[in-house]
Amino acid sequence: MISRIDKDHSRFREIVRGKIRQNLRKYISRGDLMSRKGKDTVSIPMPQIDIPRFTLGGNQKSGVGQGDGEPGDPIGGDPQDGGQPGKGEAGQGEGQKALEVEVTLDELAAILGEELGLPRIEPKGSEALDTKKDRYISLRSTGPESLRSFKATFKRALRRQVASGTYQPGRPIIVPVREDRRYRSWRTEPRPQSNAVIIYMMDVSGSMGDEQKEIVRIESFWIDTWLRSQYQGLESRYIIHDASARLVDREVFFRTRESGGTMISSAYKVCAELIEKEFSPENWNIYAFHFSDGDNWSVDDTSTCIGLLRNVLLPACNQFGYGQVESPYGSGQFIKDIKGSFGDHPKLVTSEITSKDDIMDSIREFLKRGR
Amino acid sequence: MAPISGSLRDLQAEIQGYADEYSLQYFTQVFEIVDYEQMCEIAAYGGFPVRYPHWRFGMEYDHMIKSHTYGLSKIYELVINTDPCYAYLLEGNSFADQKLVMCHVYGHNDFFKNNRFFAPTDRRMIDVMANNASRVRRYMDRHGVVTVESFIDVCLSIDNLIDPWAPFREPPKKGKAAAAVDEEEDVHRLRNVRGYLEDYINPPDFIAKQREKAKAEKEASKRKLPARPERDVLGFLMQHAPLDAWEADVLGIIREEAYYFLPQMQTKIMNEGWASYWHSRLMTERALRDSEVIDYADACAGVMSMAPGQLNPYKIGIELFRDIERRWDMGRFGAAWEDCDDLRAKAEWDQQLGKGRDKIFEVRRLYNDVTFIDEFFTLDFAREQKFFTFQENRRSGRLEIESREFAKIKNKLLAMLTNFGQPFIYVVDANHLNRGELLLGHRHEGQDLKVDYARDTLRNLERIWRRPVSILTMIDDKPKRIRFDGSEVTISDEPAAFRV
Repeated sequence: MISRIDKDHSRFREIVRGKIRQNLRKYISRGDLMSRKGKDTVSIPMPQIDIPRFTLGGNQKSGVGQGDGEPGDPIGGDPQDGGQPGKGEAGQGEGQKALEVEVTLDELAAILGEELGLPRIEPKGSEALDTKKDRYISLRSTGPESLRSFKATFKRALRRQVASGTYQPGRPIIVPVREDRRYRSWRTEPRPQSNAVIIYMMDVSGSMGDEQKEIVRIESFWIDTWLRSQYQGLESRYIIHDASARLVDREVFFRTRESGGTMISSAYKVCAELIEKEFSPENWNIYAFHFSDGDNWSVDDTSTCIGLLRNVLLPACNQFGYGQVESPYGSGQFIKDIKGSFGDHPKLVTSEITSKDDIMDSIREFLKRGR
Repeated sequence: MAPISGSLRDLQAEIQGYADEYSLQYFTQVFEIVDYEQMCEIAAYGGFPVRYPHWRFGMEYDHMIKSHTYGLSKIYELVINTDPCYAYLLEGNSFADQKLVMCHVYGHNDFFKNNRFFAPTDRRMIDVMANNASRVRRYMDRHGVVTVESFIDVCLSIDNLIDPWAPFREPPKKGKAAAAVDEEEDVHRLRNVRGYLEDYINPPDFIAKQREKAKAEKEASKRKLPARPERDVLGFLMQHAPLDAWEADVLGIIREEAYYFLPQMQTKIMNEGWASYWHSRLMTERALRDSEVIDYADACAGVMSMAPGQLNPYKIGIELFRDIERRWDMGRFGAAWEDCDDLRAKAEWDQQLGKGRDKIFEVRRLYNDVTFIDEFFTLDFAREQKFFTFQENRRSGRLEIESREFAKIKNKLLAMLTNFGQPFIYVVDANHLNRGELLLGHRHEGQDLKVDYARDTLRNLERIWRRPVSILTMIDDKPKRIRFDGSEVTISDEPAAFRV
């Protein structure tokens, strides 16, 4: 009986997933998903999945109510809002409900991947990084006393006593003998382990406005979601920079607004140091993303950047993404400089984001290579 | 799910005794006790243990489980109109709550059994629904889940287009009337007094042509379908749409279930009012123990509470029944009462007739929500209960109290209840423009159709009819036609509004 509703429920969930897929672009370009993020799930607000009918209500809302008040007084609440709490009776009409659907991040990533046609990432050096791990999940009849499993031993003793008829329900004393004893034991399991880190860098100089930051925020959320589905235990690091750069935590990364000049090389230097200190390229899949409005301080600095990219960052990273957010103040020169110097470097991806609507294409740009 | 036992069974016997004492007439009452998930499941299935598979039930279930988890709402009780009458109690409710629910259920049960509008419903609906479900499952096995499910979507999209009075009408007589018309009537011949001139005056090939023409005309008039605008759109489509056998059957299932649920929508206020009236009397006069008074009052207040801008059928219903009982006890009805202008005399009016009890039993037998409100919703009642009409302020978008004028309130209430708030839609012509298109008409009663919904519904209708489908309606007081031709929806002007 329960299985019936479960089937209907999972059909419903399937339809919901279909809807999310249809509206993915809308959800991506609106930032409000991130504020709805729980630990492993996101709740997505969804227009009622409705069966259309000929219904009334095209024109002005009106109705009858009960209570105090003079004509002209506002009344609280929306008349369309849900039914009475409490008693319900079979077969009453369906009310309108705003639907909140919980989707796990993995599911969301899968939808994103399918929709954008993203390839699964082949982790670098996956063989080398295969680790073997011993897990205590089996039982043996021999072993050290310190690993004796009380529960399993007890069960076997009980079973033996019941079978041999020595068990007295009135006096339930169980005495294990040697053969009853069971010991915890390990099994060695290969666990493909791929370590990955994302390093986000953002320009927070005066020319990056709130809207630009919002775009960065949304885009990093989706990149994060996708990469997390590809690697277990993904690490992330955040670097902000204006004329100087520092490592910050996630909160600060998205909130800060500084107002200085822009020296992109400062961020690249911090990034390079970080990689050197914590994440050796042999063992880590490193993804670096840098978002800026492309208005670097000086030509000298730009050439420092290009040097750093060529000699340190690009060799170390699986992929280096540069996203340039259009801002009313920036010249947007940097992307041209980068493109000019590297052309079609296999590890470098650049993307220009003029508005929120471009986020989806930009994400596809960044992730489509499956590195 | 389990039948009740122990103290609950004793409780049922006790309450049934009280119900007898007040001469409620009920079907055999069966209580089952369920946990919350089961309750949500049964509620999602409209009270029935087995329904055909459809995602919408899953959605209802999802919604109910969530609002329970977040503490937004709770289903106390569920009762369905069958014989025997099944009701579900929620496991873990307090004893006082169960008592209240049982009293309430006996009220519903009495209403199901005695109200005129429930008379045509099939009381063995549990079996019918289970059979329907197994047929649908079989179709799914044969034609694929998605195919059948999406066809159910299409059918559900028009399940409100049924004729509420059809169950009360006698089926159309066939046979004699039809046969009489069938008598072959020959074509007109010119009068001819000289027999040998017959072939000259009425040439045989001309007569043959005339006969053929007459026949064709007759055929054409037979094709005028329906002869009169038809409200049972579902029934009409079942007979006349080009459907596969399984599709016609699924459509029939949806129609059958829609007709079954119809009286519950027609008597929402009365049904809940009646049940609440009886739980209140049975509890306060018999069943309630001292220690339960606070819990009872709390639960009752919750059920009767009024959210702003929203009508609580429990509240209006119970107050109206009480009002009727009081008026008929005191003789406050009839011409003498209506014509009395003396306010003091009216205030002291009490003829001690004691007819209240009989009157409310009569009302519960003969009325539905529309006639109930039309007859018993009085000026005094509206004042006492502080009714008002509200409207959306187009500038601020807020809902505001519009008026406390009695006529307005009553008209609005009746408008909301008429056809249970659904539009009046008719099949007008099944061979529109002589192109096999389907033409529907919306009888406009002041409120427009929701256009976006109407568009999608037309798309679904086209899926059934397989030819273009149009509906005549009014948008912003102008007659319009919305048409779906299989690829796009167009809205065009019409010379006149649709009337029946």
